Amino acid sequence: MRWLTTILVCLALVTPAAAFQPDEALDDPALEARARALSAELRCLVCQNQSIDDSDAPLARDLRLLIRERIVAGDTDGEVIDFVVARYGEFVLLRPPFAPHTWALWLAPPLLLGAGALVLIALARRRRSSMPGPAPLTAEEARRLDRIIEDA
Amino acid sequence: MIAEIGHFALILAFAVAAIQATVPLLGAHRGDAALARVAVPCAGTQLALVLAAFVALGIGYVTSDFSIANVWANSHSTKPLLYKITGVWGNHEGSMVLWVLILALFGACVAAFGANLPPMLKARVLSVQAMIAAAFLLFTIATSNPFERLHPAPFDGQGLNPILQDPALAFHPPFLYVGYVGFSIAFSFAVAALIEGRVDAAWARWVRPWTLAAWMFLTIGIAMGSWWAYYELGWGGWWFWDPVENASFMPWLSGTALLHSAIVVEKRDALKVWTILLAILTFSLSLLGTFLVRSGVLTSVHAFAVDPARGIFVLLILSLFVGGSLTLFAWRAPLLRAGGLFAPISREGGLIVNNLLLTAGCATVLIGTLYPLMLETLTGDKVSVGAPFFNATFVPMMIPLLVLVPFGPLLSWKRADVLAAAQRLWAAALLAFVTMLASAWLSRGEPVLAAFGMALGVWLIVGAASETALRIGAFREPLATVFARARGLPRSAWGTALAHGGLGVMVLGIVAVTAWRAETIALMQPGQTVEVAGYDLTLEAVVPRRGPDHDEEVGLVRAERNGRTVARLEPARRVYRVRQMTTSEAAIRPFATGDLYVVMGERDGDGWIVRAYFNPLAPLIWIGAVIMFLGGAVSLTDRRYRIGAPRRARAARVPAVEAAE
Repeated sequence: MRWLTTILVCLALVTPAAAFQPDEALDDPALEARARALSAELRCLVCQNQSIDDSDAPLARDLRLLIRERIVAGDTDGEVIDFVVARYGEFVLLRPPFAPHTWALWLAPPLLLGAGALVLIALARRRRSSMPGPAPLTAEEARRLDRIIEDA
Repeated sequence: MIAEIGHFALILAFAVAAIQATVPLLGAHRGDAALARVAVPCAGTQLALVLAAFVALGIGYVTSDFSIANVWANSHSTKPLLYKITGVWGNHEGSMVLWVLILALFGACVAAFGANLPPMLKARVLSVQAMIAAAFLLFTIATSNPFERLHPAPFDGQGLNPILQDPALAFHPPFLYVGYVGFSIAFSFAVAALIEGRVDAAWARWVRPWTLAAWMFLTIGIAMGSWWAYYELGWGGWWFWDPVENASFMPWLSGTALLHSAIVVEKRDALKVWTILLAILTFSLSLLGTFLVRSGVLTSVHAFAVDPARGIFVLLILSLFVGGSLTLFAWRAPLLRAGGLFAPISREGGLIVNNLLLTAGCATVLIGTLYPLMLETLTGDKVSVGAPFFNATFVPMMIPLLVLVPFGPLLSWKRADVLAAAQRLWAAALLAFVTMLASAWLSRGEPVLAAFGMALGVWLIVGAASETALRIGAFREPLATVFARARGLPRSAWGTALAHGGLGVMVLGIVAVTAWRAETIALMQPGQTVEVAGYDLTLEAVVPRRGPDHDEEVGLVRAERNGRTVARLEPARRVYRVRQMTTSEAAIRPFATGDLYVVMGERDGDGWIVRAYFNPLAPLIWIGAVIMFLGGAVSLTDRRYRIGAPRRARAARVPAVEAAE
């Protein structure tokens, strides 16, 4: 329930603002589309795991307006992101950058999948080269089998 | 008085669980049947005691006994009765009681319906189950007592968070917990098997129904949570890759893998070590989920450090059970001998690929969820891992899995012919291709991957249907034969087809909503009209209304399509009186092509901000989940899970003996 509480804090404390509002939109649809796409990649810093596009918080609104300002000023997407990161830190990026401290994060999934596949291939090879017959019955199992046959 | 009875019942339940956790284990170890049998009455008593505590808390809520701190903090005398009852588990302490209740319920079910289990295995399973129960009962009693009293008793309570006063959310935790906690049975069976050093087809047959039941409820629990987020949070999102969502999704992924690998153990006596490991990991992930949600570690590492008592306790439980079971696994797993052999291209091979992709996907979600916590603890760097990360890593792993799903049931055991399986899927491939062309044409090729996604959904649905059609001889045999075969087809085969088809239905919904959602946000004055996805929405008026515990402003919206009125929607903006909290109640009108979704925003001058969305095929996401649930239910009624039952066995044995004579 804690995440709800946090969402609620976002929703309730700051009621008179709301997620993306009509007066924020840029007139040029191409620039506006870029702004919306960028908004979905940036985190609302006072909420839990919401993008600024979804968030009601005033801070998110400020960030949305800031992005549009930069876009209108002629920044590329990369420059806008750099500008926001310089102000708010990397925490603002919902897609973490690929850097030494996130190598493990980005590389682990493909490496795990690859390693798993290799292990399976190796196991299949080994099995094919040495197909053993079924293991012999243990003494206990042989005795049980005898008993079952006798009972029948 | 009732609160004290409840509190005392919890303490007694802990004592009973402590006995159940030790005595039967000792009995099984010494081969003393009398001691081993203690487990059964203990499991029943434990259930009765936890149930008594749960009912006591429930009475506190229903009668609004605000001298109980928990009731005071989470309830209010004017709250509707339904939410007084569901309020019992709408908070930390109460939800722990529910958690333990479900744990005890599963234990008691094994005791009651496990008459066909070997007595020593049963004793060990129930002992392990009681260890978990004892740990969580101690946690509840020591750090989260729901029966604490207030003196003097306050006049009225603080009310339940209005956003939680919702039918889907009210029943979301019980379903989710039945799923989470249900995997404890697979865990207990795995640990018991490790202690015995013996895993065979019979073991897999006993474990599978429990795992299947847990998986079904987890599926529906997650779906309910997502549905609630969809209509209540007010922007139509349905999955956020939030750590709390991930916490329930990870056990689902590994539970799904377990469900499939247990088939191999049951049918072919292979993959035993891996299945045991999966059973341990699945429940460990459930415990991890409980830790993540209950400790506050997610909100921030600092929040955890400020009030660590609960977090540390759950962390201790987590390390004890995960560490203990994995140690036992490392020590005893080499005893398990590998069974049936198979070629790489075979049903077994297919199920292994399924397991590889599901566990790799599960590991990805795990890493993405925990990485920010670990990085901040180790280096102090703060990073966010959000939806874009999971879309870039998890989704690409699931695509090959979805492509391969229809092949699985068509492959034969031991050694299979891929070409033959592919030939049987020609209809699915053809329809998928047509779907791809049609959606690319309809959407003018935007976005590129969406057409492929729609094709994937159709491929899954038709693939599942063709497998069934082939087995019952539809379109080839006379109708009578087809009906006879359909009746004769094992329920588990129907279940598989339903679950795989449901997955396809869900994929269609997910792809369509993600790719083609339309949105219009406008400042509207009464009488104005806006357009979204071909629907003209007119805000006719905004009227105030008064509910039992809230006041609301309701927008009366008329939706027209081609000049004809097709729907009237009433999105509202509510203010709850007790907590002075505002929520927005989205108005959703499902059409065959998707949901029209309208939300009232705040007032601005003479107008209101209105957000209107069209979410194409959105209901399919949850309909798909329900189909998957039904698939599980059908499979659960399969004959082979019942023939083991004692009465049946006796009835069946009589003619066999006669025949032998």
